[in-house]
Amino acid sequence: MVGIFQSWNIALSIFNLCLISAVMTMGANIQWGYAGLINFGIMGYTALGGLAAVLISVDPVQEAWRAGGFDILMSLWLIVVMVLVIRFILKRFEKSKIRTYSIAAIIVSGILLIRFSAEPGIEAIEAVDPAKTGFLGGFGLPIIFSWIVGALFAGGLAFIVGKVALGLRADYLAIATLLISEIVIAIIKHEDWLTRGVKNVIGLKRPAPYEVDLQTTDWFIKLVEKFNAGKLSVIENLADRQAALNQLVIEGSSVFVKLCYSGLFLVVVIILLILTQKALYSPWGRMMRAIRDNEEAANAMGKNVVKQHLLIFILGSAIVGVAGAMLVTQDGLFTPGSYRPMRYTFLIWVMVIVGGSGNNFGAILGGFVVWFLWIEAAPISLFLINFFTAGIPETNALKAHLIESVPYFRFLLMGLGLLFIMRYRPKGILPEKIEIK
Amino acid sequence: MDFVNAIILLLNYIFIPALTYGSQLALGAIFVTLIYGILRFANFATGDMMSFGTMATILFTWYFQSLGVSLGVLPTALLAIPFGIIFMILYMLLIDKFVFKYYRHQKSPPVQFAMVSIGVMFVTQAVVRIIIGPGDRRFFDGEKFIIKAREFKEMTGLNEGLALKSTQVLTIFVTIVLVSLLFWFLNRTKTGKSMKAYSDNEDLALLSGIDPKKIVLVTWVIAGILATIGGALYGLDKSFKPFTYFNNMLPIFAAAIVGGIGNPFGAFLGGYVIAFSEILLTYAYKKFFMYVLPESMEPNSLVQLLSTDYKFAVSFSILVIVLIYRPSGIFKGKVL
Repeated sequence: MVGIFQSWNIALSIFNLCLISAVMTMGANIQWGYAGLINFGIMGYTALGGLAAVLISVDPVQEAWRAGGFDILMSLWLIVVMVLVIRFILKRFEKSKIRTYSIAAIIVSGILLIRFSAEPGIEAIEAVDPAKTGFLGGFGLPIIFSWIVGALFAGGLAFIVGKVALGLRADYLAIATLLISEIVIAIIKHEDWLTRGVKNVIGLKRPAPYEVDLQTTDWFIKLVEKFNAGKLSVIENLADRQAALNQLVIEGSSVFVKLCYSGLFLVVVIILLILTQKALYSPWGRMMRAIRDNEEAANAMGKNVVKQHLLIFILGSAIVGVAGAMLVTQDGLFTPGSYRPMRYTFLIWVMVIVGGSGNNFGAILGGFVVWFLWIEAAPISLFLINFFTAGIPETNALKAHLIESVPYFRFLLMGLGLLFIMRYRPKGILPEKIEIK
Repeated sequence: MDFVNAIILLLNYIFIPALTYGSQLALGAIFVTLIYGILRFANFATGDMMSFGTMATILFTWYFQSLGVSLGVLPTALLAIPFGIIFMILYMLLIDKFVFKYYRHQKSPPVQFAMVSIGVMFVTQAVVRIIIGPGDRRFFDGEKFIIKAREFKEMTGLNEGLALKSTQVLTIFVTIVLVSLLFWFLNRTKTGKSMKAYSDNEDLALLSGIDPKKIVLVTWVIAGILATIGGALYGLDKSFKPFTYFNNMLPIFAAAIVGGIGNPFGAFLGGYVIAFSEILLTYAYKKFFMYVLPESMEPNSLVQLLSTDYKFAVSFSILVIVLIYRPSGIFKGKVL
């Protein structure tokens, strides 16, 4: 529909983001719908996925490694030692006040030591050609790998968060995860040696061909010619026809690139959908529902509730991490400043609730519908405002003000949508269906 | 002399800003805690409700300014705050009637309330941005400083200046008055006591003839007063921007939980705990040590525990630590 009204190019980019949103929603849906765990930290896992994309695909900056790589490795090693020491103390000694204080002392002195040892290295790295690099770079691998690594990163964070916070009551858990995700963003934003912080990383590698290359490739030009044979044959003049063909090739190339992305994302969505559906109807899925609906009973039946909660928390977060890596892949740039809880946490939750928690198809539908509305809210509300104020002259202050604030109607739309769904269809558009076989 | 200089330095850069910021957080935190204690949900629309109240205050301030009304040295906004409060309370009651009431009658779990409050957050954010726009607004007028840094230096002959902004004094003063009134209300009046009873045990309170409708109404009225004044003071001290208010929700939550959620006095202190730890941990102590220590021991680095970029992260880490080790908060006390 957008393809006809606006352009195929826009339609495809909305479609791609819908797919990514669907993946994120599936991740959140696994946690909330299957297990009843509330995770407001989606933004943090998305950002970690993006971080993975940068670390995997960017070529290593040799100079920076020479300048400060040793110091950084040294501090990483120190962190590992610190964690091991704490683990050892926790295992070896009984719980006591002395133990707690000594662990606190180790953490504080360790942080100071690490800061002290890493400082010169960080400064050296950030001084290497700061306008272009000023960071360590990555491994220079194809960016597709980062989707898996993103999942690992997000899963790792989820493991730590889950160990720490999963025992909390639902609303406390929501707040804790929200705040932890803010900490993650703060670190990514301000550790310039890692991913240049707010200076952004641009020009990431692509899994799809570049438009410029396509425009000079023979087979692609032929393809476009074939597709538009009817249109082109109408034009008599040879020069005109060539110009029209060039124009079509330029448009076609960007559509083609987007189609490549769509294909890749679609594969991910389908694989995830198959896996999650299988999981939902497996004995494991039944156990998760049992835990969600009655924790104590499940516990009494010999199910390890804590372990299963941790597992599903990691799985869901890992899926969100994949989505984060996909997002950066599609954009080709990593901008830590753009990670905001409104867009990456609460909007995803609107998708989960609207789509239908506990239902994977509902999650995908929610991702598509809500993202589409989020993008198209401005044009729609502009149209509505113009329609209702048709009789009022353009110079009217109220009308001008309304038209100026059109971008904010999307918040209104989302809020009202969420409230109405919660009130009149609390299970979402596609409610959870459990078939008992 | 050096020692006095060092003290003034700390006063100027740590103590007074932290006290101001802490007061602003404390008002928000009491708001969160009251809603949590009596209506029993974590209100994710906190920051945006505060920005709504501030917006109403700003609109009235502009109106008074256009009429030429002013309070002389005091900011005109003080005159506008009561009107802002009225609008805020009306808005809250409207939201309560159309949104929260239904779930209260259904006895929905707190998580569902939290979800609903996210819907309210979206709507409020939209309303604020549509009415006043997303930009930065300053609405402060009147005398800006009570003591200027240079005047202070001339007066005392010290190297370090002490600047005291009128908004800082105003914030601290208003907070003290408001909070003492609130505690008087909660502890001494019949309505306040019945609110406490309702928060402690809903069924028992209903049995003893407490009218739940009245409790909810009074809670929203108090919440409206706190939200508007807290928001307006923050806006006067810094500036008004809807996005900052949304972000402030997080340290406010942190303050409420650190203080023990449901406990207004804890929330009040929690605000200061968060504010002081944020500023203490991210301040560069180089100059302080230059005054205190003899010359030979002067530090070369900034002596900063964490860079200022991690300001928010500090309060969140405190919160996470408190949540893990003492989920009921530092100042346990009785519930409400």
